[in-house]
Amino acid sequence: MPLDQSFIGRSWPPTEPYLVGREKIREFARAIGATDAEYHDPEAARAIGYADVVAPPTFPVVITMTSSRQIIDDPALGLDYSRVVHGDQKFAYTRPVVAGDALVCVNSVDDITSRGGHDFLTTRTEVSTAEGEPVVTVWSKLVQRGEH
Amino acid sequence: MSDELEPQTFRITRADLVRYAGASGDFNFIHWSDRVAQSVGLPGVIAHGMFTMALVGRAVTAWAGAPDAVVEYSVRFSRPVPVPDTDEGTEVVVTGTVKGTTDEGHTKLALTATCQGEKVLSMATATIRKR
Repeated sequence: MPLDQSFIGRSWPPTEPYLVGREKIREFARAIGATDAEYHDPEAARAIGYADVVAPPTFPVVITMTSSRQIIDDPALGLDYSRVVHGDQKFAYTRPVVAGDALVCVNSVDDITSRGGHDFLTTRTEVSTAEGEPVVTVWSKLVQRGEH
Repeated sequence: MSDELEPQTFRITRADLVRYAGASGDFNFIHWSDRVAQSVGLPGVIAHGMFTMALVGRAVTAWAGAPDAVVEYSVRFSRPVPVPDTDEGTEVVVTGTVKGTTDEGHTKLALTATCQGEKVLSMATATIRKR
């Protein structure tokens, strides 16, 4: 069944703040093999102007993947997650995520298309601090493969 | 700063995928169960696309010389990265080339990532802040 086109342009209410932990950033950096001191050592991060350790560029997905379940778990959308593969991913940063940030996500559906029996869902997540300071915008395109 | 990212090889094993699943919270079965991966038409367990994107990101920030220099980063996952259950796992080779300067004076990089000689990313670009 195709995805519900009426979801295009819809936005969801802001999520509860996600508190970014220093140990979570360190754990993520270790998992991707990133040894930069600024990811692990608060002193090194302070030396380049941040209050605490900074997160690697793809870290925001830890937060947005969970928050976007607001969209993909809605039965009305009609997405069968067992047939979903990741198509595209894009980040546009105002600044890096820093330990101690309390981050709020606002999810939207930018586009839904169909081509060659596959359905494409583009979501956008505006990530900002609880005070409203923009941090990063994250786009994901999910591909729901056709049933054969 | 050189105009090329020297080719960099990243080894990926099943243990890396387990560690990344835990750290990222992405526990999709296709990243740890051959049985489930094969049932959806994959050759076997594949790496998280976001893990590959993170490795390429390491090459980018290393080239930029700063962990906070990336202004924009975007990829298309064009082909899966199968990771066999062996000590060697598989390898992803990352390269990049400077493609010019934006109106704001940022540097645009075009990136490639290949596994077994096949491109696993397409339209992969990063924009690096002027220093």
